[in-house]
Amino acid sequence: MSRSITNRRSLLKGSAAAGVALATPTIFTSQVWAAGYTNEPKGGSVTLGFNVPQTGAYADEGADELRAYQLAVEHINAGGGGMLETFSSKALKGGGINGKKVEYVTGDTQTKSDAARASAKRMVEKDGAIMITGGSSSGVAVAVQDYCQTAGIIFMAGLTHANDTTGKDCRANGFRHFFNTEMSGAALAPVLKNQFGSERVAYHLTADYNWGWSQEGSIQKYSEQLGWKTQAAVRTPLGAGDFSQYITPVLNSGADVLVLNHYGRDMVNSLTQAVQFGLRDKQVNGKDFGIVVPLYSRLMAQGAGENVKGIYGSTNWHWSLQDEGSKAFVKAFGEKYGFPPSQAAHTTYCQAILYADACQRAGTFMPTGVGEALKDFDFDGLGNGPTTYRGHDNQCFKDVLVVKGKENPSSKFDVLEVVEVTPRKQVEYGTDLLGCNKGSINNGAA
Amino acid sequence: MDAILLQILNGLDKGGAYALIALGLTIIFGTLGVVNFAHGALFMLGAFCAVALKSLLQVSFVTESATQKDFLGNPLKIETPYIEHWFGDFGSFLIEYSVPAAILMAIPVMLLIGVTMERGLIRFFYKRPHAEQILVTFGLAIVLGEVVKKFFGANPIPQSAPELARGMVDFGVMLGFDPGAVPYPTWRLVYFLFSLAVIGSVFAFLQFTTFGMVVRAGMADRETVGLLGIDIDRRFTIVFGIAAVVAGLAGVMYTPIQPPDYHWGMDFLVLSFVVVVVGGMGSLGGAVSAGFLLGILQSFASMNEVKSLLPGIDQIIIYLIAVIILLVRPRGLMGRKGVMES
Repeated sequence: MSRSITNRRSLLKGSAAAGVALATPTIFTSQVWAAGYTNEPKGGSVTLGFNVPQTGAYADEGADELRAYQLAVEHINAGGGGMLETFSSKALKGGGINGKKVEYVTGDTQTKSDAARASAKRMVEKDGAIMITGGSSSGVAVAVQDYCQTAGIIFMAGLTHANDTTGKDCRANGFRHFFNTEMSGAALAPVLKNQFGSERVAYHLTADYNWGWSQEGSIQKYSEQLGWKTQAAVRTPLGAGDFSQYITPVLNSGADVLVLNHYGRDMVNSLTQAVQFGLRDKQVNGKDFGIVVPLYSRLMAQGAGENVKGIYGSTNWHWSLQDEGSKAFVKAFGEKYGFPPSQAAHTTYCQAILYADACQRAGTFMPTGVGEALKDFDFDGLGNGPTTYRGHDNQCFKDVLVVKGKENPSSKFDVLEVVEVTPRKQVEYGTDLLGCNKGSINNGAA
Repeated sequence: MDAILLQILNGLDKGGAYALIALGLTIIFGTLGVVNFAHGALFMLGAFCAVALKSLLQVSFVTESATQKDFLGNPLKIETPYIEHWFGDFGSFLIEYSVPAAILMAIPVMLLIGVTMERGLIRFFYKRPHAEQILVTFGLAIVLGEVVKKFFGANPIPQSAPELARGMVDFGVMLGFDPGAVPYPTWRLVYFLFSLAVIGSVFAFLQFTTFGMVVRAGMADRETVGLLGIDIDRRFTIVFGIAAVVAGLAGVMYTPIQPPDYHWGMDFLVLSFVVVVVGGMGSLGGAVSAGFLLGILQSFASMNEVKSLLPGIDQIIIYLIAVIILLVRPRGLMGRKGVMES
C-alpha cells in the first residue's frame, strides 16, 4: 500500500513550480519583449505615447503640446495638412506610417522625473507604445530618455533646453528638436551687444537646478566674451515665489544688467518683481538698466503681463514667423483650436512629424532603422529654416529667434516680437563641446 | 546699511502675508482644535476673488477692426469692456482699482466659503485624531486647487496695482539716507500697512467685543462656556469664517506682488505652518510675531554676504529655526504651556 505524504516543503516546491508554469507563457508572449524589437506593431495600427504635463505648474504648456500631437496625428493619418504640406520630405503619403494607422496614448509627467518615467513605462509596457515623446522640463527629458534607452524605445524630446539632454546625458535613443542654452547664449550675445554695448556689468539670478546652471553658464560665457563683467551669480530656490530678497541686492550692486535664468512661474514672478523694484526704468553707471530673460515662452510671458515689455530673450519658434511652414502650422492649429500655437506645441508637432517621416523612409519602426533615418537628416519647411538632426548627439541645428516683449500688443497672444532670426551657423558648436557620448541605439529585446 | 534696511522691508511685507495666514490658522487651532491644511487654499481663493472681479469688470463686447488683422488674417476682434462703454472714465477707474475693490467682494465670499467648509466638512472631524484632520483638509486643499485650475488654468494671471501705488517710495530719504539708496515699491509698503490694519482689527475684535470675549473664553475652557448656556459651536463656526476672510484678504492684496496661480495655497501653507509652530500653536501674538520674524530672517539669509558664509542657508533657514524651536521650546515662542509638549 502506498501513501501520499504532503509536507510543507513539497507544498512550497509544488507551488513554485506551478507559479513558474503559469508565468512562462506570459514571459514569452508579452507584447513588450516578444518581437524583434520592443513593441513591434503587428496589426493595422501603431501606438505613439505622448508624455506631457497634464497636472502641475506646466499643465497649460502640456495641454498645448497635446493639442499639437493630436493635430500631427490627424495630418499623418490624412497624409497632408499643416506643415506636412511644406515639409521638405514627401515620404508620408497618408494612411499613417508604413501603412499602419497612427493611434496614441497619453501620460502625465506632472513635471516630475519619477512620475514621467513611470508614465512612459506604463505606456510602453501596458499600451504597447512604439515611441515616447513630450515633456516640458529638462529633468523629465533626461529621466525619460534614459528609460527609453533601456527599454529599446525611441524618445523624441519635447520642450527641454538644458545642454545636458544632448550633452553629457545624451542617449542614442533620444532626439531633440528644441534648441539649448548654448544656442541661446550664442544667439543673444550679438543682440545684447547692439542693445547694451560691450561695457556692462551683469548680475545673474539663477534657478538652482540643472537647467538654471546650464543657462547661467552659457550666458556668462558669451557675455564675458563680449567684454561684460559678471558682478554676481546668485542661485535661487526653485519655486521661491517672492524674489524680493534676491532682487534688492541688485539695486545698489553696481550691476547694470539683470539676467533672469528662470523659467515658468519663477520667470513670471522674478520678472514681475524686478519691474516692481523699478529695475526696468533704472539708470546705473550712466546707462539704462537692462533685464534679460534668456529663455522666453509666450505662454509664460502672458503670466507676466505688461512686465515683459522691452525685455529681451530667445525662443525656439514664434507664431508670427512668416515662412510658409510656420504660416501653415499656425493656420491649421488656429483654425482647430482658436488661438495660435506656443513654441512647445511647435516643437512637439515637429517631433511627431519627424519621427513618422523617419519610420516611413526607413520602412520600419525598429529604433536602429529610425535612428539611421534621422542621422544627419537635413530638412526644411518646419518653421525654422534649413535644419539638420546632427548624428553625433541627436541635436537639431537651426535658426534661433531673439525676441523682445512687445510695447503695444494687439491681443493677449501678441506679447513678443521677433527682433532677430539668428542664423544657424552662428549657433552651431563642435561635437566635443558638451561631452555627448551617446553609445548605440537599443532595439529592446530580440 | 541700506542693504540691511532693504532686507528688513522685504521681511516685513513677506512677513505680513505669513502673519495673516498664520493668524487664521492659529485661531482655528485655538478655537476648534483643528489642524487646517486647507488654510493656504483659502489664501489662494482670496487671490482668485481679485482675479474673478477683474474678469467680471472686463466682460466685453467685440467689434471687428477695419485695419488690423488677427493671427489667421481675419479682422482683429477688439474687446471693449461693457463697464468702460457704459461709464467711460469711471468704468476704467473701476477696472484700475479692481484689486482694492476685490476686498469688498472677498469679505462675504470668503466668509461664506469658511462657514460652508466648517459646517459641511470640518465639523465632522473635531473629535478625530489630528492625522485624520490633516488628511482631510490636505485633500480639500488639493480639490480647491484643481477646481481653480479648471476655471482659470495653470499659468499665473497678472494683476496690477492701481496706478497711484505702482511706483517706488524713496524710503531711505525719510531716514537720512542718500536719495535713491533705499527705494521700495509703494504697493509692498501698502501691503505691510494693510496687514498691520487687519491684524489690529482681529485683535481688537477679539479683545473689545462681547463676541470676542466669549470666543476667548471658549478657547480657554470650552466646556465651562457651554455650561453657561452659550452656543460656543455657533460662534466658533463664525470664527472659522473670520479666519477664512483674513486669509482671503491677505490673498487679494498679494496679487499685484506675485501673479496668482492655483498652486499658491500649497506654496504658502507649509511656511505658514512653520510660522504657527514657531509662534506657538493657538497663540495669536505668537503667530504675528513669528510671521514677521521669519520673514525678516528669511530675507537676511538671502543676502550674498550670509550665503557666502553659509551656502544654501536661504533655502533652509525657516525650517532650521522650526527644528531648533521644536527641540528647545516645543510649545513655540509664545505658546501656552502644555500645548505640543505632551
